[in-house]
Amino acid sequence: MNDLLQVDDLACHFSVRRDHGFPARRVPLKAVDGVSFSLAAGRTLALVGESGCGKSTTAKAVLGLTHKTGGDVLFKGAPLPKAGTREWRRQRQDMQLVFQDPLAALDRRLPIGRQIEEPLHIHGVDDKAQRRETVTRIMTAIGLKPHQAASFPHELSGGQRQRAVLARALVLEPSLLVLDEPISALDVSIQAQVINLLVELQERLGVAYLFISHDLKVVRQISHEVAVMYLGRIVEHGDPETIFTAPAHPYTRALVSAIPTVRTTKRERIILSGDPPNPIDTPPGCPFHTRCAQAFERCRIERPELASTGDGRTVACHLAHAPDVRAVA
Amino acid sequence: MEPLVSIRNLTVDFDLGRRVSRALRGVDLTIGRGEAVGLVGESGCGKSITWLGILGLLGGRAKVHGEAWLDGRNLVGAPVSELERVRGKRIALIFQDPSSSLNPVHRIGRQLTEALKLHRGLSGAEAKAEALRLLDRVGIPAARQRMNDYPHQLSGGMNQRVMIAMALAGEPDLLVADEPTTALDATIQAQILDLLREIREDSNMAMVLISHDLGVVAENTDRVAVMYAGRIVEQAPNNLLFERPRHPYTRGLLNALPDLEGPREPLTAIPGSVPEPWNHPAGCAFAPRCDHAHGACHSEIPSLARRDGHHLSACLRTEEMLGHMLDDVSDREPARSYA
Amino acid sequence: MIRFILSRGLRAVVTIFLVVTFAFIVLRLSGDPAMQILSVDAPPEAIAAFRNEWGLNQPIWQQFLDYLLNVLHGNFGDSMREGRPAMDIVLEHVGATLMITLPALALKIVIGIPAGIYAALHRNSLADRMTMMISVAGFTVPSFVLALVLVLIFSVHLGWLPSTGNATWKHAILPIVTLGTAGAAILARFTRSAMLEVLGQSYIRAASAKGLIWRQVVTGHALPNAAIPTVTIVGFMIGSLIAGAVVVESVFSWPGIGYLLISAVANRDLAIVQSILLLIALCMVCANLVVDLLYGWIDPRVRLRSAH
Repeated sequence: MNDLLQVDDLACHFSVRRDHGFPARRVPLKAVDGVSFSLAAGRTLALVGESGCGKSTTAKAVLGLTHKTGGDVLFKGAPLPKAGTREWRRQRQDMQLVFQDPLAALDRRLPIGRQIEEPLHIHGVDDKAQRRETVTRIMTAIGLKPHQAASFPHELSGGQRQRAVLARALVLEPSLLVLDEPISALDVSIQAQVINLLVELQERLGVAYLFISHDLKVVRQISHEVAVMYLGRIVEHGDPETIFTAPAHPYTRALVSAIPTVRTTKRERIILSGDPPNPIDTPPGCPFHTRCAQAFERCRIERPELASTGDGRTVACHLAHAPDVRAVA
Repeated sequence: MEPLVSIRNLTVDFDLGRRVSRALRGVDLTIGRGEAVGLVGESGCGKSITWLGILGLLGGRAKVHGEAWLDGRNLVGAPVSELERVRGKRIALIFQDPSSSLNPVHRIGRQLTEALKLHRGLSGAEAKAEALRLLDRVGIPAARQRMNDYPHQLSGGMNQRVMIAMALAGEPDLLVADEPTTALDATIQAQILDLLREIREDSNMAMVLISHDLGVVAENTDRVAVMYAGRIVEQAPNNLLFERPRHPYTRGLLNALPDLEGPREPLTAIPGSVPEPWNHPAGCAFAPRCDHAHGACHSEIPSLARRDGHHLSACLRTEEMLGHMLDDVSDREPARSYA
Repeated sequence: MIRFILSRGLRAVVTIFLVVTFAFIVLRLSGDPAMQILSVDAPPEAIAAFRNEWGLNQPIWQQFLDYLLNVLHGNFGDSMREGRPAMDIVLEHVGATLMITLPALALKIVIGIPAGIYAALHRNSLADRMTMMISVAGFTVPSFVLALVLVLIFSVHLGWLPSTGNATWKHAILPIVTLGTAGAAILARFTRSAMLEVLGQSYIRAASAKGLIWRQVVTGHALPNAAIPTVTIVGFMIGSLIAGAVVVESVFSWPGIGYLLISAVANRDLAIVQSILLLIALCMVCANLVVDLLYGWIDPRVRLRSAH
């Protein structure tokens, strides 16, 4: 297996307080429940889904930032070192995280040049002059002018701030970048700049992206593979072109059809009823059956496993694998 | 179409103590009865401020000038008591974050009946019955139980439905929906937009849909106004604007937008960023980022000119550019439909 | 609800236990009561006898266990100086303290809260700035300084009010005003910022957008929400009704708990000091409990979390 990142049957179950009582009653919350995927060097895998589907928790577990309760995460073939240990810290150089809000990710009191340089310092790379040189190089690569190293975060625009955050993440030349909604907080005209930059940087540096987003259009633009998540599980996984043009899972179909477009040709819109169920009490059987128009008896009892449909993708839906059983519905 | 609200040369200045920041630089916009108008633009372009300013909801530091006519009366400079009768009753607003737009310490039912008492003079059992009807109308299941819930017990989508029910309480002529689905998930956004469409079909209520999402506006309005740095730069019926955009900014926005269909190619980003209000360019505000800007663009402010029909564009070079625009990227390839 | 009270009750017991333990140990380590009460040059036999009588020659853990057992039986020890039950002496002084702290609390609430609300509603106006200036002055000036200034003006110069003692109701006025001023200043500032915080919330704008007139927005949508944090500080003030007047009482020689505490500390009258500290801790803990319950009552977000 030469994959950069290999995630097998990952589970993150939390125990959450339900009330203020004494003693506190705790219930399990299955934020991530059996997620598997792999990511090769220089490629992009997008995790998409709505809030609470477990995509951000998966990302955190991959970085070892949250405790996993089951499964394995292999990075370059080896399990993640324990969080907080020296090995784990050393591995930070090779896997970096970028958040949604660049202003929150930057220190307001430090000029961005210093912040971009800081990871080099922390990981004991190079002497001072070399560090400065690396910073200048990375800033140029990322589309910031070297003189902006002296600027403070509030002096930059939203797009420039996100560039600074990316520069800081890339300065150690990681092989994996986890991007959690990296462009959601940016305006449309700036989004395009950052999307293009990400694509370009990947080509140039060969960095792999684990890209977390709710925006399918952006995901299609940037990723080689897409995994659609619902209530802590992957329900459909494959190539973005296939998934977005002919979604196989009813949830993906609804999600894709819900995306508003400026095209004047109207598409059929599938409108799901209700909210996603609370991850504290996930329904038995297929977690999506409560909102699925096609659900039939089996969906309420048996949870469909993620299985190949023969066209290079995997889908977790009884109907996708045996369309005939639908007679019951 | 009979005009409902006519805005003329509306400006808003914020008094920041040391300096005055101009947020709105002369907006002209007419909303017809029953019409759905989209207002798009990036953050800070003034799309929300337009309506908050007209209704006097910007607070004491905002200075609003210009005209906003409703039933032959100018709302700009009108006494507060008059504005209070317009708010909610003639022009209702819903906001981006439904969960924080509802008071966390009052029950849903109380907040809804409060609006009914205010606008329709209903109280007691009558108000309660009408509140139930409205909650039912906006698709809230088990409305009777929800009346006793607090906002934090409901999801974002449900809270936005409550906000819509509250807006409907006054049977307004115009609903201003300020990014009503931005904080919601995609499938919930589709539900809310569908609900708004349905309500408008039943009631002939006009709607202004404010959004940064061009797709949302394209699918839910009849006419669109694109705003940039405190001005409307282009205004046209929906199909014209998205198929034949004229203003370089609109075209830039459309080209910068990734799509779910068609070939996958690098996006054409608009270089640079929106000017800060205190650093506003002398001429056309978009000129510093515009590929087509020449001499006059940097000194002269273009007005929203009507060249033909209802397609308005505030660009000095509209005429010269029309030719090469038509065979430009704006012609997107026809959409494929999903299997 | 019952579980909520139980869990808070348990925490309260732990808190009080910690206070009692701490007080006990610090008091034992900080000097010998025998020396203080009998004077340093008392004959050694007298000192030994005194120590024996009060159990001071036993190991400290033994003394502590005895003390705890006694407390559990409602026996808080006797005053070494007067030989009477310490708690009786303490309770005799509670009335005097409340005589000034209760009116002072009323003064704080009646002046502080409306001033804070008014200032917030007229932010940056002249009235707001004046209120805040007075408020800053009110809580930065230490109470003994304020007390002395008041005495200087009203007793020495004008001769309207007596400066020390507790013979008539007039004696209470200056202590009450001194206590009330500082508290009102704190409360005004706190209420103002709570109010400003609430006025900046989206639901306030949404309530205005609904068509409510400003007065309805303030009374119906701002005040109930601003009350939530304000309750905390008022609760704290209620908790300090007994302990909050130490300085003022000693400046005005007002024979309350504070006055008693200071003389008991000076005299190493251990049982008295311990009883007072126990009483103060009890008040604080009760006030906290009341605040928590009130919180649950005003803020549905808290209430529902505990009710489910």
